[in-house]
Amino acid sequence: MTSSPSTHAPRKQRRRGDLGPVGQAGTHVTLAVASLIALFPIVWLVYLSLGPDKDDYLHPGGIFAKATLDNYSFVLTNTEFFNWLWSTLVVAGGTTLFGVMSAATTGYAVSRMRFPGHRSLMWVLLLTQAFPIAVLIVPMYEIFSQLRLVDSHLGLILVNCTTIVPYCSWLLKGYFDTIPVELDEAGMIDGLTPFGTFWRLILPLARPGLAVAAFYAFITAFAEVAFASTFLLDDSKYTFAVGLQSFISEHDAQWNLMAATAVLIAIPVTIFFYLVQRHVVTGLTAGGVKG
Amino acid sequence: MTLTAPAPAAETPRSRRRAPRPVQRMRDTYRRYWYAYAMVAPVVIVLGVLVGYPLARGFYLTLTDANSLNSARTIGVNTIDATYKFIGLDNYAEILWGPAAYDRFWSHFVWTIVWTVTCVVLHYVIGLGLAMLLNQRLRGRVAYRLLLILPWAVPTFVTVFAWRIMLADAGVINSMLDTIGLASPSWLEDPTWQRTAAIMVNTWCGVPFMMLSLLGGLQSIDENLYEAAEIDGASAWQRFRHVTLPGLSSVSSTVVLLGVIWTFNQFAIIFLLFGNTAPDAQILVTWAYRLGFGQQPRDFAMSAAYGVLLLAILIVFTSFYYRWLKRNDQLA
Repeated sequence: MTSSPSTHAPRKQRRRGDLGPVGQAGTHVTLAVASLIALFPIVWLVYLSLGPDKDDYLHPGGIFAKATLDNYSFVLTNTEFFNWLWSTLVVAGGTTLFGVMSAATTGYAVSRMRFPGHRSLMWVLLLTQAFPIAVLIVPMYEIFSQLRLVDSHLGLILVNCTTIVPYCSWLLKGYFDTIPVELDEAGMIDGLTPFGTFWRLILPLARPGLAVAAFYAFITAFAEVAFASTFLLDDSKYTFAVGLQSFISEHDAQWNLMAATAVLIAIPVTIFFYLVQRHVVTGLTAGGVKG
Repeated sequence: MTLTAPAPAAETPRSRRRAPRPVQRMRDTYRRYWYAYAMVAPVVIVLGVLVGYPLARGFYLTLTDANSLNSARTIGVNTIDATYKFIGLDNYAEILWGPAAYDRFWSHFVWTIVWTVTCVVLHYVIGLGLAMLLNQRLRGRVAYRLLLILPWAVPTFVTVFAWRIMLADAGVINSMLDTIGLASPSWLEDPTWQRTAAIMVNTWCGVPFMMLSLLGGLQSIDENLYEAAEIDGASAWQRFRHVTLPGLSSVSSTVVLLGVIWTFNQFAIIFLLFGNTAPDAQILVTWAYRLGFGQQPRDFAMSAAYGVLLLAILIVFTSFYYRWLKRNDQLA
């Protein structure tokens, strides 16, 4: 993390986009070093996952000679891996479904209609996204213990919704803003009610926006650590974010198994992420501040 | 990337005539806006139940001495009723100026500020630098871009563990430092190094988002502005200072706000990097969590009080930030 390339950055000739040989080389070196830093921890994790012994990370040179996929087969057959997969899918899927469904109409209303309370609603939506987990976790835990929702996937879905619902509303509002209002007007002239306009005209057009919201909700719920670690007690109900921690306890740290599990989790998520990341950036920043 | 302009008010009520009497006005409001209210109802209800009620409940808990020994709980078939009592604002007083206020609150408060500022500055500076490098005609641009966003693409709870292995006492980072003859710090044990490690890992995780957002911002700056500046004889630094930075101001104000909020609230990195160790490297969020869930007996009231204070800090910061933005006329 020591590279701070910004000092060289402004020197380039932007207009034509051509660099002198020195600038060219400097740029490549800086970017290559940065890419290496970005890549290394991941590669290292993959490499360590091949070492059969839990202390192999201390003498990584030895792994090369005895590399094996044993950790993977052990994780897949002898741990709760598939239970965790199921829990994670239930929690993330439930959160996504619930979040996007309840947020869609609100995003539309906030984007198109001005009604008394509009501004305060926007404020609440924005503010709730910024809630530190410490605000809600204690009362949620207390309320959920009384309702017997602790250690249940439903409970975790509900907790995740506290951030996902306002977030999706913002994101979808940003997307609806990009759909021309003339469409709504045309719909109204043709005699559609506001609901009809939303349902028949706008929603089909907003499919990409819905997809991004769903994706982001899924990823967020997937990677949620604090609530999942607190609210899930039974190790067969863990989500991945909790399950992965369970390899590392104070008494015994099975780094090799942890690494293998981490790789198994990371591969599909990462691929998935690359497929849609372009949209996520736009959504996140558009949803962030602008009203 | 276009940051959307304020939404055009499409379905504003047809006329702005004033209803004469309150009852009449209410009926009017209802008739005009009922569909809007029906549409926002699901979210309002969800947030009311899932955020509003717990928030009120949490605030009430901060006025009590609730902990895991006197709260309502179920052991097997026996249900034990809550016995905690109302103690007013004592919790807040104890946190802010009680005998252990410095050790428990203020030291973490200061560290949280340092942590937030350092991380956001690093995110922004490195992100902007990389974005500017990527925003040129360059061989291998796409490949660099894909590699550089990897830390964001892989879930944080996975990468933090990778860092934890690398930072371990005899881990690869210390071996490398050894090889080039530098001292190998105990990253995960010594307080100063713990903090450094936390900032390092968070910077690694947070740069890609900044880089992509700023790259989007850079691409939306009109090329002609640079051309004009160059014709006027502006140096590279002047072009950066007077064309690039102003061109990025609206993206920047958004990502900096998001960065501050996310970093201030960052839980996973510190929690997973240190487990239940490293009391000095805890920021307020993780410290509050530890009071409520990482110790016995669990101090629910105190933890909730920290939560309320955290929220207050964030609200104050955000409103000042908005006011500052408005004054600089950066909110379109």
